[in-house]
Amino acid sequence: MPVNTQKYFMWLLMVLFIIPLAHSRTLHVGPNKEFKQIRSALLSAQDYDTVFVYHSQYKEGNIVINKKIVMIGIDLPVIDGDKKYEVVSIKSDSVTFRGFQVQNSGFASLNDPGGIKVYDASNIIIEDNVLENNFFGIYIQYGKHCLIRNNRLKAYGLEEQQIGNGIHCWKSDSLQIIGNHIEGHRDGIYFEFVTHSIVWRNISKLNIRYGLHFMFSNNDAYINNMFDENGAGVAVMFTKHVVMYSNTFQNSTGDASYGILLKEISDAEIRGNRFINNTSALFLEGANRILIHKNVFHGNGYSLKIQANCMDNEVYQNNFINNTFDVSTNGSLVLNTFNHNYWDKYEGYDLDKDGLGDIPFHPLSLYSVIIENNPIAMLLFRSFMVTLLERTEKLIPSITPEEFKDNAPVIKPYLL
Amino acid sequence: MRGITKFVITDILKNRIILIYTIILCVFSWSIFSLEDNTSKGIMSLLNVILLTVPLVSIIFGNIYMYNSAEFIELLVSQPVKRSAIWSSLFLGLSLALNTSFFIGIGLPVLLFVPSMTGVTVIFSGMLITTIFVSIAMLCAILMRDKARGIGLSIMIWLFLSLIYDGLVLFFMFQYADYPIEKPMAILAAFNPIDLARIQVLLQVDVAVLMGFTGAIFKKMFGTSVGLIVSLMIMLLWIVLPYLLSLRLFNKKDL
Repeated sequence: MPVNTQKYFMWLLMVLFIIPLAHSRTLHVGPNKEFKQIRSALLSAQDYDTVFVYHSQYKEGNIVINKKIVMIGIDLPVIDGDKKYEVVSIKSDSVTFRGFQVQNSGFASLNDPGGIKVYDASNIIIEDNVLENNFFGIYIQYGKHCLIRNNRLKAYGLEEQQIGNGIHCWKSDSLQIIGNHIEGHRDGIYFEFVTHSIVWRNISKLNIRYGLHFMFSNNDAYINNMFDENGAGVAVMFTKHVVMYSNTFQNSTGDASYGILLKEISDAEIRGNRFINNTSALFLEGANRILIHKNVFHGNGYSLKIQANCMDNEVYQNNFINNTFDVSTNGSLVLNTFNHNYWDKYEGYDLDKDGLGDIPFHPLSLYSVIIENNPIAMLLFRSFMVTLLERTEKLIPSITPEEFKDNAPVIKPYLL
Repeated sequence: MRGITKFVITDILKNRIILIYTIILCVFSWSIFSLEDNTSKGIMSLLNVILLTVPLVSIIFGNIYMYNSAEFIELLVSQPVKRSAIWSSLFLGLSLALNTSFFIGIGLPVLLFVPSMTGVTVIFSGMLITTIFVSIAMLCAILMRDKARGIGLSIMIWLFLSLIYDGLVLFFMFQYADYPIEKPMAILAAFNPIDLARIQVLLQVDVAVLMGFTGAIFKKMFGTSVGLIVSLMIMLLWIVLPYLLSLRLFNKKDL
């Protein structure tokens, strides 16, 4: 008898679990379907329902999703905010929002309306959407375990103050931002107080300010992203334990533009990235215990600008090719180490054929130090006199710090 | 005039020196580009050749050639040919010959390995520099009757423009670093044709760094189309002025 009771009890439990699922319905919204408006469908929907929205133009002001539903757009239905409203607001957990074109959100700097905005919710999936001309693109506020995948965001901002960020995340945790394409926003991807999150395979280009911008966002990973032609490159500040693997940072050219700007960062790892054609590829200020290795620096104005307030950073096994200046700094204190890098400006020899140069390389260019203080001196760069000065300084450092050197530069570039 | 130019060119080509010059340039540029897979670095090495060797060879060769053809010139003057025609054909012949050897020696390899705006800039500035120094060489030849003094003067001019001038500019720059000297310095640099050529190449090669703070003034001065035209005009003036001066002197000269 006890065994039997247990069995019945199990059956009962299963039935209890299945009943709500069995009750979930599918609702259809479209010009000639049961619901003409998304709003009315949402009103009659209940938790665990699925809403299919067919192709049409929907101008219904602000659409609020406050039930645990799946919304699927078929043939890219257009939801238009008419330049007045926040277009879609997700205020419930476990919402899936897939396959819509969300456009023309309102503009306001007080409540930051977004194309799709998530308020205090978890397990949200936002994927395969097209976002056009929104103030903020996708805005996650107090989100947990959200997946933002394969969305295309495009905005037409002209000035920093008049446009929001592409994917803006604030006080969130465990987000996955994968395969999105962001263009023309203020910051492509913006993280503030976001932890344990991954940003993977996104393309962020032609944004007005930064391609990626994060602050106070610890324990995050940025992998295989492409940041191209953003106004000021990528800025990461006040953060611990981030890893940046295999990203490409390119064409950040301009006065205060950086491939990556690191400010007050510690315990990070920057590996396998490519820095191509930036005015300053990697700028470190107050950065500590960062491992910079297996990166390629190609065709940059300055590859590394390490300010003197950086400590215990290790720069090793990188390729420095075709850069105007390899390293520059603003002081004489050297607390960072360089080892086993490939420098195309190295002119030493390798008599014992172990692949490592026998004399150390001083990557710090005298003229880069002079130019820091005296920009007009650039006029004489690469003239015979200046080349002579540079050579002498490299052989016998007098103005630049002597310990600033790579003791064992490699002779051949790494295959990176 | 065409006859004389033709004669001058064939005379120069018969002279082995120009052939050796071409071969040396050729060997140099081919070896740079084939040993170095990094073409931008190759361009930088070539730039040093263009800024030092090319003007030196142009001015010395032009100068010596003028002295050596003194008798030929005297012969021509006795013929019913205008003096200006003689002088201009000499100039044309010399600069055409030297430019041809420059183009074969450096121009072709550069076009092959760096077929971009950078390559074109390098070739173009090299050819302008060749012509400028031929023009200066002719002026030196007419200024000094004595060959040794003439060659000495050419070497001094070369030394001044390619080395001493930059040293002086650098010196002034550090002396007056506390003052707003951007404009005067840029103007000072623009007076030297070698500096102008270097700056134009710099604008192509070091684009990334010049987009930054350090390059702001720089780009504004030389990087705009106006800047480009002005630098070109100054380089052309460097050809035209010495040439016209030497022509005037030649027209009046009692040979």
